[in-house]
Amino acid sequence: MIRLEKRPQPSRAWSMATPVLAVIATMVFGGLLFAALGKNPFQSIETIFWEPLFGEFSFYYRPQLLVKGAPLVLIAIGLSLGFRAGIWNIGAEGQYIMGAIAGAGVGLAFYPLDAWYVFPLMVIAGALGGWAWAMLPALLKVKFGTNEILVSLMLVYVAEQLLASMSLGLLKNPEGFGFPGSRNLNDYAAGNSWIAQDIGLHWGVAAALIAVIFAYVLLNRHMAGFQIRLSGEAPRAARFAGVNPTRLILLCLGLAGALAGMAGLFEVSGPAGQVSIDFNVGYGFTAIIVAFLGRLHPVGILLAAALMALTYIGGEIAQGNLGLPAAAIQVFQGMLLFFLLALDLLTNYRLRRTVTEGN
Amino acid sequence: MSQPLLSLKGLTKAYPGVIANNDISFDIGAGEVHALLGENGAGKSTLVKMIYGLVKPDSGTMTLRGDAYAPAEPRAARADGIAMVFQHFSLFDALNVAENIALGMENPPPMRDLASRIREVSETYGLPLDPFRTVGDLSAGERQRVEIIRCLLQDPKLLIMDEPTSVLTPQEVEILFKTLEKLRAEGTSILYISHKLEEIRRLCDTATILRLGQVVGGCIPRETTARDMAEMMVGSALKTPERSGRALGEVALDISGLSVASPAEFGTALKNLHLTVRQGEILGIGGVAGNGQEELLGVLSGEIPTEAEAVKLAGQPVGRMGPTERRTLGLLTAPEERLGHAAAPDMSLTENALLTGAVREKLEHRGFLRWGAARAFAEKIIAEFDVRTPGPENAARSLSGGNLQKFVIGREVLQDPDVLVVNQPTWGVDAAAAAAIRQALLDLAANGAAVICISQDLDELMEIADRFAALNEGRLSEPRPTEGLSVDEIGLMMGGAHGMEVANV
Repeated sequence: MIRLEKRPQPSRAWSMATPVLAVIATMVFGGLLFAALGKNPFQSIETIFWEPLFGEFSFYYRPQLLVKGAPLVLIAIGLSLGFRAGIWNIGAEGQYIMGAIAGAGVGLAFYPLDAWYVFPLMVIAGALGGWAWAMLPALLKVKFGTNEILVSLMLVYVAEQLLASMSLGLLKNPEGFGFPGSRNLNDYAAGNSWIAQDIGLHWGVAAALIAVIFAYVLLNRHMAGFQIRLSGEAPRAARFAGVNPTRLILLCLGLAGALAGMAGLFEVSGPAGQVSIDFNVGYGFTAIIVAFLGRLHPVGILLAAALMALTYIGGEIAQGNLGLPAAAIQVFQGMLLFFLLALDLLTNYRLRRTVTEGN
Repeated sequence: MSQPLLSLKGLTKAYPGVIANNDISFDIGAGEVHALLGENGAGKSTLVKMIYGLVKPDSGTMTLRGDAYAPAEPRAARADGIAMVFQHFSLFDALNVAENIALGMENPPPMRDLASRIREVSETYGLPLDPFRTVGDLSAGERQRVEIIRCLLQDPKLLIMDEPTSVLTPQEVEILFKTLEKLRAEGTSILYISHKLEEIRRLCDTATILRLGQVVGGCIPRETTARDMAEMMVGSALKTPERSGRALGEVALDISGLSVASPAEFGTALKNLHLTVRQGEILGIGGVAGNGQEELLGVLSGEIPTEAEAVKLAGQPVGRMGPTERRTLGLLTAPEERLGHAAAPDMSLTENALLTGAVREKLEHRGFLRWGAARAFAEKIIAEFDVRTPGPENAARSLSGGNLQKFVIGREVLQDPDVLVVNQPTWGVDAAAAAAIRQALLDLAANGAAVICISQDLDELMEIADRFAALNEGRLSEPRPTEGLSVDEIGLMMGGAHGMEVANV
């Protein structure tokens, strides 16, 4: 029999080791899955993890890593602050959409003015759009005690409807021959987020790195970060310490919304280019996985986002080159999360063999 | 000499890093009330868990009425006539007494038969209890009766009782003792675990004293003074806290007409409380936990807001202020629940020092944390309050209960409060540490602070408090000077036997 025994202290060594073990376990069981589907498991794993980074066409895939990773980091950092405090914002996707609409709206309003201040204004508008959308569940929770999980999630679908209406109505490209979707911001020098498109570098990548540093400092050096951690770990102790729950909810949801909104803006003014009906691709939901994969730690999130971006791109290559079904790739990604959370137990518990004696 | 009921020989049990029980041997005679004495961590619970079949000894043997006895699980122990009343009750509030008892039985009889058996046993032993009352409505003393009757229905030969009087008023203790004496007269042995020495002197025939997992001696409690027993427990001469004559100053804290509902579901509302504490004074508030103690602490810490005028600190209304503002003004508190309320279990001691110390110890500067200063403050608490831990980077939950309690009390005392409110300051703390904590409270008062000590331990309150009031069902009695207050009077202030029928044995 195996028994779990709580460690007196969380083990640092295990908290470092478990993500690596989880990746290895995912490779093993994912390989078995691919083998069961009749594919060469080694080739499949290599395609997913190796091909995008060092393969023949890596010059094309590497920039994709930055493009896919940046919004994940930005959103996940914001979410992680709330998750740490026990505030469950599930609606980052909606905040991301609203940031994109607000930011792109400002940019399109200035079109074709060529001024340095257009892009900064777009960034601010994007952040405000996401912030405002996150304030809805925050205020409802503070005033009426509603559940932020439900409200923020429902608001994603509202945001999607608004996105459709915007790309068909208000923001529709007047020179677009009636096709849905806004003007392409990539054609508007003052209003796009690229720094160096050939290597996938846009302002969102820079913002993501700044957000990592900001979150690290906040959590480790600032009273607000301490209060966030305290509220998540021991809510009663937090109240006793004098943490104001209302302020904390507004802060955490607000920051998450603003960061998600900025991610939306960087995406719409760069890689996506335009507001369109199918603009959002689920970054807001994937970021939840990224946040937990990175165990809500800023640096962990950075690594987790890189890993997720890798499996996405690698997964697409595997689908194209090896004919793996998309569902198998999704199962593979699910396994990664599963093993990470399961092995996470080992940081706080140790396994003990119990000798069962006959009665 | 007749054969002992239970005989322990060389029982040893080691856990990683600690030998909980080392070569323990003693006998419990038939019809004997045997006290098991020892500080927290002396190995009392490990020992009774071995007797009750919850833990297997590494080595050593037990003999029950001459036969080898090695219970594999509590069920086997019960089958051999050993029953145990735990310190923490395991009862379901929503079920009635009979249903609760049926849940713990292997083959419960039909409810009607069970109810009549419960009535029969409860009347025989002077423990009146209606089998059809809902447990949620019972007082702590009555809940304990449910547990005891549950045990008595098995007709035990040995009854193990773990700290049974900690939740009882003096009158309820009296009723319990009558029951136990009747059981003894019938030949039932009782293993009585407690650290209340006067009770042991009154009730027990023999005592075995444990220290650091070893038997350090035995005694006949009636022929030994409480002080001698305490010193055997601690292993050194015990320092009695010194009270020096203190001059009382201005009114430091004034509560008037305070009524507030409890935020907790099964909490107790406070009803029209009045009290004042002066500088240099210690006010003791007694009463069984769950009668509004937590709510009173919450009202003072700022966790439960009240009318502004209901709580006044040095004349200033603070009822609406949050915890941080009150700390700034000098009102500090230490709640009862150490893990999760007074301290965050998974956070380090440095972080826990920051938890209440940020403002007064200037551990933050414009919102940024001064980790160096926080660490230094944690180290100061550890040094001055003798907290046993490798260092301030250790998680709060890695400390033993007593050590964490010292840390929590030390954290508030060292912040130099004007008014300090503590709830159960020495609960689960060993005698030496408890004496140190009481001395710290006395010193604080001697330096002019006002102290409110909420405690279930009446001896403690008699030892340090200048005035005593009892909190019962959310109402506070008129405070009276502790000097010359008798145990009976205190018991009556605490609500007597909580409306329990007095036994006629």
